Amino acid sequence: MHMADALISPLVGATMWATTAGLIGYSAKKLKDEADDRKIPLMGVLGAFIFAAQMINFTIPATGSSGHLGGGMILAILLGPYAAFLVMASVLTVQAFFFADGGLLALGCNIFNLGFFPCFLAYPFIYKKIAGENPTQAKIATGGIIAAIVGLQLGAFAVVLETVFSGISELPFQTFVLLMQPIHMGIGIVEGLISAAVVSFVWKARPEILNSAQGVASIVKVDMKKLLLGVLIVTLITGGALSWFASSNPDGLEWSMFRTSGKEELETSEKVHASLANVQGKTAFLPDYGFKKSEPKPEASESPTWPAVDPGTSVSGLIGGFLTLVLAVLIGIVLKRRKIKSLPER
Amino acid sequence: MNNIGKNSFDIGRMDALAAGDSLLHRLDPRAKLITTLVFIVAVVSFDKYALSAILPFFLYPIALISLGGLPYNYLLKKVLIVSPFAILIGVFNPLLDREILFHIGSVGISGGFVSFLSILLRFVLTVTAALILISLTGFNAVCESMRKFGVPKPFIVQLLFFYRYLFVMTDEADRMVRARSLRTFNSGTMSFRIFISLIGHLLLRTLDRAERIYRAMCCRGFDGHFYLIRSMKIRVPEIIFMSGWVSLFVLFRCTNVPLHLGTLITGIVP
Repeated sequence: MHMADALISPLVGATMWATTAGLIGYSAKKLKDEADDRKIPLMGVLGAFIFAAQMINFTIPATGSSGHLGGGMILAILLGPYAAFLVMASVLTVQAFFFADGGLLALGCNIFNLGFFPCFLAYPFIYKKIAGENPTQAKIATGGIIAAIVGLQLGAFAVVLETVFSGISELPFQTFVLLMQPIHMGIGIVEGLISAAVVSFVWKARPEILNSAQGVASIVKVDMKKLLLGVLIVTLITGGALSWFASSNPDGLEWSMFRTSGKEELETSEKVHASLANVQGKTAFLPDYGFKKSEPKPEASESPTWPAVDPGTSVSGLIGGFLTLVLAVLIGIVLKRRKIKSLPER
Repeated sequence: MNNIGKNSFDIGRMDALAAGDSLLHRLDPRAKLITTLVFIVAVVSFDKYALSAILPFFLYPIALISLGGLPYNYLLKKVLIVSPFAILIGVFNPLLDREILFHIGSVGISGGFVSFLSILLRFVLTVTAALILISLTGFNAVCESMRKFGVPKPFIVQLLFFYRYLFVMTDEADRMVRARSLRTFNSGTMSFRIFISLIGHLLLRTLDRAERIYRAMCCRGFDGHFYLIRSMKIRVPEIIFMSGWVSLFVLFRCTNVPLHLGTLITGIVP
């Protein structure tokens, strides 16, 4: 369920980065205000715990497949939303760097999908409401399961939206939703069962841990509305501003149109107009992304604009592409040789 | 060695690579971080049918791997391991977008196939760029340069702390899983009940460990602040590295180099 760099556009990546950066900044500030030194090592080690626990698999009966922990919900229950969000973000960052899970541009998306929904939506609005002030084991279990399922459903839906907005994958919106939501229903149930069982385990063994977490978390409730509003505003502003920027600069498509038509001076007023329409188009329920497949081909005009598609140039492209790769590899070999030669001298 | 042990060994190996000493290793981490980000944005900003235009970007990973003395095979294997998701999503493109884009001989190539290949190219490039960054720089240095770019300190501290204890906790998990495995005659299946008890005990140990670490930190004078050593400097090599690559990326992004090259060749050899 990690988004990959290859599937998102810079616009979507940058918007989600800005949103996530805002959330990290906000959570960091909240933690500083809390000024609980004890939490610093606790967060670090719990992150390592989640990372290690994710690698332990158990067998799902009667399916032959295996399941493992995601972790967002357990962290939120143990640490409260702000600290949990930072821990989740750090785990995903390390995974992006070392295991290339997702990638750097998609990191914003991934932190948002897997951190924001469980920590800032599912935890305060579902788990806390169900578990209440005086949790019992049944309440913890129900709350944990439902919250984990909802968190993952929202996360999966966000993956769909991000992919469709990026327009790299051809998967139409409906198909993708129908693919992702049921799969993540299954994953969500597993995650919910694990979270509930582990939290119950801790609650039986060391109830004071959860009680202290409950105390910390209860400070949080007040600001939640403001936070959600803030996220919405940041997303809209950055997304809007960036899409303006992106469309007023010729992207690949307009660029190639430029070159094939040889028309340097597309009227500026016309261009502003076009970019305005583009911005409007983007804000208006994904008209030229997800749903365009069902339309009777307005994109027919789009395919010929791929750099001058006639047999001659595509052969040139193929030969040139091949040569480029050979050149790159040759440069690599030369550099390596030179390096090995220069080693003994040092 | 089981899965868990392998993973922590893997991270250790990346760190060992980062401890190497080459011109590239010695560059300021900020220069490498910025160049990597520019590279990734340039690669993903192509439109979805771009294919030959993306190829020149392979120069960057190839040059860095060669100059930095990194192992090709190892990095390639890491890329392959994480490829399933991109392939899974991309593989629908050839099925959904069947419009013929161009012909090679008599074989028509559909737009979906082109965009699928394009996704794969992007995937390989962006993933290797991130892996190269870490194996040339090391995680701690990357964190410190993020701090310099204004990432909030609590998050940086969290990253550093997490990274430090990651090895401890994976070792701990590894031992527990191995112990269970030995007592069940290497049975591969783990029941849910056992799994929960394993994770639960791991969590309890984690919480205890956190408490011990906190006390140890207090004994050593921890007052809630972390002091990071900062000895980074942007000098001439960094500026050359950054400006050189960035201008190359801009060139590759704005002109289709392979197309020109191919036209040149087919022009000379008709």
